[in-house]
Amino acid sequence: MSFIDRHLRSFLLAELLQGMWLTFRYMFRPSVTLNYPYEKGPLSPRFRGEHALRRYPNGEERCIACKLCEAVCPAQAITIEAEPRDDGSRRTTRYDIDMTKCIYCGFCEEACPVDAIVEGPNFEYATETREELMYDKEKLLDNGARWEVEIAQRLRADAPYR
Amino acid sequence: MPKLTIDGKEIEVDAGMTVLQACEQAGAEVPRFCYHERLPLSGNCRMCLVEMERAPKPVASCCMPVGDGMVIHTNTEKVKKMREAVMEFLLINHPLDCPICDQGGECDLQDQAMAYGAGMSRFVESKRAVPDKDFSPLIRGVMTRCIHCTRCVRFANEICGTSELGGVFRGEHLEIGTYVDKAISSELSGNMIDLCPVGALTSAPYAYKARPWELSKTESVDVLDAVGCNIRVDARGDAVMRIVPRLNEDVNEEWLGDKSRFACDGLNRQRLDQPYVKKGGKLQPATWDEAFAAIKAKADGLDGSKIAALAGDTVDVEAMTALKDLLNALGSKNMDCRQESSTVDPNVRASYIFNTTIAGIEQADALLIVGSNPRIEAPVLNARIRKRYLMGGFKVGVVGPNTELTYKAEHYGDDPAMLRDIASGAHAFGKILQNAENPMIIVGAGALMRSDGAAILAACKTIADATGMIKDGWNGFNVLQTAASRVGGLDIGFAPTDGGLDTAGILDACGDGKVELLYLLAADGMEAAKLSDTFIVYQGHHGDSGAHLADVILPGAAYTEKNGTYVNTEGRVQQGHLAVFPPGEAKEDWAVIRALSGVLGKTLPYDTLAQVRARMAEINPVFATVNEIQPADWQDFGPSTVGGGDIQSKPLKSHIRNYYMTDPISRASETMAACTAEFSGEAERTGTDG
Repeated sequence: MSFIDRHLRSFLLAELLQGMWLTFRYMFRPSVTLNYPYEKGPLSPRFRGEHALRRYPNGEERCIACKLCEAVCPAQAITIEAEPRDDGSRRTTRYDIDMTKCIYCGFCEEACPVDAIVEGPNFEYATETREELMYDKEKLLDNGARWEVEIAQRLRADAPYR
Repeated sequence: MPKLTIDGKEIEVDAGMTVLQACEQAGAEVPRFCYHERLPLSGNCRMCLVEMERAPKPVASCCMPVGDGMVIHTNTEKVKKMREAVMEFLLINHPLDCPICDQGGECDLQDQAMAYGAGMSRFVESKRAVPDKDFSPLIRGVMTRCIHCTRCVRFANEICGTSELGGVFRGEHLEIGTYVDKAISSELSGNMIDLCPVGALTSAPYAYKARPWELSKTESVDVLDAVGCNIRVDARGDAVMRIVPRLNEDVNEEWLGDKSRFACDGLNRQRLDQPYVKKGGKLQPATWDEAFAAIKAKADGLDGSKIAALAGDTVDVEAMTALKDLLNALGSKNMDCRQESSTVDPNVRASYIFNTTIAGIEQADALLIVGSNPRIEAPVLNARIRKRYLMGGFKVGVVGPNTELTYKAEHYGDDPAMLRDIASGAHAFGKILQNAENPMIIVGAGALMRSDGAAILAACKTIADATGMIKDGWNGFNVLQTAASRVGGLDIGFAPTDGGLDTAGILDACGDGKVELLYLLAADGMEAAKLSDTFIVYQGHHGDSGAHLADVILPGAAYTEKNGTYVNTEGRVQQGHLAVFPPGEAKEDWAVIRALSGVLGKTLPYDTLAQVRARMAEINPVFATVNEIQPADWQDFGPSTVGGGDIQSKPLKSHIRNYYMTDPISRASETMAACTAEFSGEAERTGTDG
């Protein structure tokens, strides 16, 4: 019996039709793919993207050069040098992240006592050369200025769970 | 000896110990902040509370003397709760600024809060805040962090002997400070930074520079004075970040002078990082080959007697050994490591070392200081004298500069003629020395640098012989050297022999044209006028005055950049270790001389450091044992060996005027320049300063 059944299905193209039926049904369902560069999907507030150094609302940079991020970084991607600024406060003179070393674990953000270094929502920062991925303090602060609104929103959204 | 039970363990300890010390002996850990074994007790932090049976209250173990039959508990639930409570109190007013505090990572409060704290606080009121205090160019005071353990106050009073710190106001308003706005002037002030269990006193030059976990730590030996303090060099990358003392009971205990501690920023400035050759009257950068070729061009065919060498104050013994062997191979006997022409007998070791030893000072009961100010010549050794003074029954007499020492000393004027009276017993202090059990004399290097140094040395030897300073098991004759390389240089024989010229002779001969090639091994501070016609090779690490005279500069390594042997003023052979690599093309000094010897066709018979050290031990067996003192035999020295002459009536004085700048490293240091401006009043003042 099974022999007849199998050959019958095969001659009538039942499997093929079954598949095409499935395809046909999906034509009437809402699409799940995105037209990526023009459309973007939702991101979790915990998404770990490109790094940024934040400032306080009064423009003062948050980073106090405690070097905890440098210490915790498992990839040793962060390099910090510090000295007293003219007003005597503790500030970095150098804050470099080697984005090619970074493994995006987010430990730096976890370790930061002042929410200065964060991994923002941006993941579109591909570059043409490797050198462009050696971020310095200026670039990171610039990122902070560019993404501050979203970063602040995300931190607020995630705060209750921290 | 009282017997007590600690955590169920019976232990017998010396009478007079405290419960805390007994606990330590029994292996029970007791947290503490105010207690420090080298400082007097204060008992104000309360962290060391333990439970004692039959006592109504917990006892502060650091202040409780042991008694027979005591039963102590250090690990009960009650003790744990007490510690948590004390920690909560201590943290009430301590700011939560660990991320910006330099002590972070090596903070006693941080560590003990983790180990013994409850992890939370019930304090919701406002914390107190105290204005920051600038204690000196060396010490930053962030006084809000202070937990009032008073270690710094007790250190200033007891060890420094300067009583510059104290507490004002009461209770919550207590503030540690200098009473009036005044810099802490003690030469040992840097040790307060180490003593402070929190971040209230931190190093100002090191501020925010590095975290303790980033530093590579190398154990080494200090060379900025002749005490040979044991240090740890903390480096990050290729730069020395800070220098801290290392424990050595026989030398520095755990203290370190400010110059030795803070001059390390001079290691990064004014460095010679490549060879230079003088062309057309100007020093031009060159390669090693060109520099060696220039020396060869001069040395070829030159008679050995026309070649001379001088070694500076911070040179390691390896380099001096190599240079001595090279000069001997070239047929020259003109060499001297006594750069300032001090008159000691290079053949009699007892005539140039600190025979009593630094630890031996504690056995002395009378001390005569001749032409020296130990407070600035060797601050750590001076602290040892003060320690002896505080034990009581110690008389100190000074013939020399009338300076403020940190202990009571009778000043007898600065006329060196008095030394004869002391020796004969006609002088009051001569009688004190004669009646003393263990008398000692300290002769300053400044006294021996005078033109009548030989006569002064002889007079001091007569005092030593006449007042019973030399006997079995006790040698009270001491020369306080101030240069780290001096004893090592004399031990290795870097001194004229068989009619060779000494420093003064070499300089005169250079002026007369009798010496045509002078090799300066990190020797600075020469009179330029006499050396104008001489071909000068300078090998050193800093572009200091010696390098300005040079025709060829060979870049060498500073003490943190090489494995070197140094002999301190006691004659203790110690080894320093490489912490960072020399900058640029600079090389280890003995290796430079070894390479030069090959170019000159007199190849020295050693290729490795071990072989150089074997050669050192061959020349003088003292180099075979490290970290130990070989006692020197008391032999005749004085007029018969170094020449007599009469004592002149010039006043005796110390040869160091400014403690903070004595060598190329400290002269290149910004921190030391700031200290000079603050303390010595020697900095140049201009314009409106009046």
